[in-house]
Amino acid sequence: MNKDVILQVKGVSKSFGGVKAINHVSFDLLKGQILGIIGPNGSGKTTLVNLITGFVKADSGLIFSEGKKLIGLPPYKIAGLGIVRTFQIPRPYHSLSAMKNLVVPLYSSRIVRTIGGKLGDRDTVALDILEEVGFERDAHIPYKHASAFPEGFLKRLELARCLALRPHVIIMDELFSGLSVSEITAMIPIIEKLQMNGMTLIMVEHRVRELFQIAHRVMVMNFGEKIAEDVPDEIIKSEIVKQAYMGVT
Amino acid sequence: MSLPTVAFVLGLLIIPLAVTSMAWQKIIIIACIFAFLALSFDFLAHFVGIVCLGGAFFTGVGGYISGLLNSAFGLPLVITIPIATIGGGVICTLFLLPCLPMRGIYFAIVSLMYPLLFARVIQALNIFGGTDGLPGLATFPNIWVELYLILPLILILTFGLRRLVNEDFGMVLRAIKDNDQAVKASNINITWFKMKAVFLAAAIGCFSGAYLTHLYGWVGISLFALDFSIFPIAATVVGGVGTLVGPVIGALILTLFSEMLREFGPLRVVFYSLILAGLVILNTGGLVPYLQRKYHQFERWIEI
Repeated sequence: MNKDVILQVKGVSKSFGGVKAINHVSFDLLKGQILGIIGPNGSGKTTLVNLITGFVKADSGLIFSEGKKLIGLPPYKIAGLGIVRTFQIPRPYHSLSAMKNLVVPLYSSRIVRTIGGKLGDRDTVALDILEEVGFERDAHIPYKHASAFPEGFLKRLELARCLALRPHVIIMDELFSGLSVSEITAMIPIIEKLQMNGMTLIMVEHRVRELFQIAHRVMVMNFGEKIAEDVPDEIIKSEIVKQAYMGVT
Repeated sequence: MSLPTVAFVLGLLIIPLAVTSMAWQKIIIIACIFAFLALSFDFLAHFVGIVCLGGAFFTGVGGYISGLLNSAFGLPLVITIPIATIGGGVICTLFLLPCLPMRGIYFAIVSLMYPLLFARVIQALNIFGGTDGLPGLATFPNIWVELYLILPLILILTFGLRRLVNEDFGMVLRAIKDNDQAVKASNINITWFKMKAVFLAAAIGCFSGAYLTHLYGWVGISLFALDFSIFPIAATVVGGVGTLVGPVIGALILTLFSEMLREFGPLRVVFYSLILAGLVILNTGGLVPYLQRKYHQFERWIEI
């Protein structure tokens, strides 16, 4: 096995009733890369994310991360291995302020184990992370309840929650959906910076144009199957992708 | 300390001195026991998102543990009450453990089923004194000990819980209530955290059961009565959900109120129910939130 592979998915399948949501999907995720996953609605992108992060149990197949088997582990343990995700529909803690939203991941056993007593005050660390995703420290925003936030802020908060766990791999489930072009343009530098600092990313996206700017490789899914995987330039040229995804015959 | 806090603390501590008869002092003690159960309910429901109707389960388990320890081994109440609190908390948590992944009404149903089950088991198998219960248990030396043991404990518990829910640990509990999936995705074992919260709530309930046992010097299946599950919810609604101080005040008001209506005889329950239904339908949001609003209005009030 290649040493640079941080996440290996081998022949994973999942059916809901009679519907094959995921059918024998395999791919390797290389350390430090951004892998984009695209595909029409219902092609199994989110299910794939759920399978990797343990929110849905796979029927068959194997998923490894750095020699550890992920299938069968509960979600919180997979997060503990540093493989974290954002949710397509943001899941903030509405009754807590943005800052306190981050106290929760900072209380996790992963953080306590790796940093322990050196973490210091969780509120201060939370403010640092919020600044990283673009929440200004001196504004009122970090102290506002998450219920008062617009979609764009909630998406950033999702990302911040992942960052608080100091992950190896972040799986972003449609982080750009529901955002305006200017909001996306503001997010891209944050993601590029993460990648430059050595983070490995999987981005499930519908925003193909923005995704192809930053992704190293792109995987295309349709009807639960992987139909192509290549560098973005090749994917754009590919006939099979055009047919499945863009509806061009 | 702010003015309302001082008023609450002093008010609670001087109530027993303000009433004259021993009967009313006893009523205050009963109100305090319900206040404990209401605190436990409010903590679980509003800060962890677990709707637990296990009040009767907790009082029953706590009561029987301390009653049995006292009658079988002759242990004094200073030992039986702490053991019943901790041990009862552990037992109740273990019984509720299988239902922890359930949410909302499902957990409520199971927690309501246990007291019925235990009462019937004791009755049917005729164990622990069967229907007669265990009489002749140790009691407190006098009414002042009874009163000034439970009143400061209520204060400690109210402010202790309020502090806890604002600590980082409390943030995790509140996050579980808001969105358990996101907490799972944050490398936190939510069952473990829910378990700790249920233990805390169960221990509070078990304490009130043990206390009640030694108050009467008797333990019986009436400790599994559903009043202990339902009344705390009413008290929480009256006082204000999620305020912690509210349920305590609600329990005091409701108990005193229920006593005052006693002269109406059988009609008492009718009036009582009407008032409760009215409070819920009018959606008052509880007494304490209302007072808080008014207080903040007056605080900013400037004379011109």
